[in-house]
Order: sequence, then structure tokens, then C-alpha cells
Amino acid sequence: MIRACVIVFPGSNCDRDVKVALEAVTGCPVTMVWHQEDEVPASDIIVLPGGFSYGDYLRCGAMAARSPIMSDVVKKAKAGVPVLGICNGFQVLLETGLLPGALMRNASLNFVCKDIWLKCERVSTSFTQCYRKDQIIRIPIAHHDGNYFADKETLDRIEGENQVVFRYCDRDGNVSEAANPNGSQRNIAGICNESGRIVGMMPHPERLFERALGGTDGRRIFESVVVGVASAMVEGGLPQAQP
Amino acid sequence: MKALIKITLKNGVLDPQGKAIEGTLNSLGFSGVNDVRQGKLIEVDLDETERQAAEDMVERMCEELLANTVIEDYSFELLA
Repeated sequence: MIRACVIVFPGSNCDRDVKVALEAVTGCPVTMVWHQEDEVPASDIIVLPGGFSYGDYLRCGAMAARSPIMSDVVKKAKAGVPVLGICNGFQVLLETGLLPGALMRNASLNFVCKDIWLKCERVSTSFTQCYRKDQIIRIPIAHHDGNYFADKETLDRIEGENQVVFRYCDRDGNVSEAANPNGSQRNIAGICNESGRIVGMMPHPERLFERALGGTDGRRIFESVVVGVASAMVEGGLPQAQP
Repeated sequence: MKALIKITLKNGVLDPQGKAIEGTLNSLGFSGVNDVRQGKLIEVDLDETERQAAEDMVERMCEELLANTVIEDYSFELLA
């Protein structure tokens, strides 16, 4: 049994997509948790979905990061429950300070909605362990504010600590300016915390997780959840589920 | 008491919206327009009447919500 929760904010719009993907891959029902709740039920993983929480007012993810449910999400994340933030969910993770940096308006000023290529640089995370290191995958992005920014010191630190999970690249894996869809510093598309249990990414893996959607490159994100929970069981108990 | 809070991008943070505004100003014929930066102005009406307490409160508002100090600076003035 895999207990996954998806947090739903007013304005979330990928919450049901990610629920469908999780249920299809894990075979277990997913619990949707409204942002006004005080507590997330005991979970093996928590997902912060894409969308436009609170209408992107003030800054993307700023209000959501301070909504009632988030203090428990932060508490559980710090206790080791794996948390995945996709697109707006990534913005929320940065606004809570669980991950470093910020996401700014795309350098082109355009909303960019298209498939892009990603290089999987870190596969020792709760959500990418089923990819091969440096595997090139195709996943869609759909955002206006995905331009990853951090100061040089922070960028050097997260690169040094191997916290860059995904970088934008071309189909041959070249990480180049031409392959950068939004102006992100060092082509960063996704990062994690030191332990690899908290992952934030701009691309939408739930939008390419089965053939009917046009591709399956996003599926291994959810398969990684299954492998992670299974191996935690083998090791005896679910330490990450009991904060 | 009213607080006027100004939020601006930090020096060194690229501001693509400011650049776009600058380009349009130039195309409208405003020459010599450089380094356009866009920010936010937030007005807050406070019940607090004591100046120091109001300053402390606005400072906390900025740190906790109004500004993202990774990319933004803030300043404010209090109007009696």
C-alpha cells in the first residue's frame, strides 16, 4: 500500500492529472488534501501539484506557501517524508524555503507550453531513482514563471552538493543556451534538497506518463515512488511515513 | 497609520519586464532611458498608532510574505 497525498490549493489545476498518474502507476488510491486543512494524513509521499494557486497573486506560490496545510507539509518534509513539487508546486517549495532559489518571469516574457528535453543529472532521489544517470527524457513544460534564479554562491553550492536533478538540454543532451526555454540559471529545470527526498521541477511528468498521452518519459517519476516505498518496507518499516 | 511598502528586484537580478518596458519607451521616442526596473508598491492601513511598533510589524510582514528576499529588496515609509 502506498499512501500518497496531493495538496489542493484554490487555483491548482494539475491536481487531478497527478492523482490519475499516481493511481495508475502505484495502483493505490490517492488522498486529496485541501489547503485549509491543518494536517496531512500519514503519507509515504506528498505532491504539490501544478496550477495557479491563489491566482499567482503577489508572487507565484507565495500565498500557497503560507496556507494552513503548509506548516504540516514543511514539518513532514523536514522529518523525511518525500515531497514532489511540480511547476507551481516547485514555486511553492521555493517560497517555503524547503528548496533554495526563486522562480522568476520567463526571460522571453512569454508563457511557454511545449515539450522540452531534460538531462537527469541526479538519480539518487525519491522521485528519479528509476531513471539512468544522464538519461535524456522528453517532458512538457507549461509556465510563465519558470526562470530559475539563485545567487552565484547558492548555485555553486547546489551544484557542489549534487542538488541539480534536471537540466534543460537538446535532444542530444547538450545543455546549451538554445535549449534553455525560460532563461533559468545554468539551465536548471529541477533541484532537490541534500537528501534527495524533496524534489521540485518545472516540467510536468504527469502529462507524459502513458502512451495515450503521447509518451511515457514522465512515468519513471511515479515508478520511483513505488520503488522507494517498497525498499523502505524491505528495510523494515516506513521511517519516512512517521514524522 | 498607513504604510507604503516598496518592493524592488535586487541589484544583479535580471528584470526582463523592465527591459521590455525600456524597449517600448525607446521605441516611443524617449531617448536616454536606461536601466528600467519594475517593482511593486503595497499600501497597508494599520490600526497601530505607535510608530516603532508599526515599523516592527511592517518589517515582519515584508520578511514573512510581502518580499521574497532571495530576489527582492524592500523599503517602506509610514504616513501618520
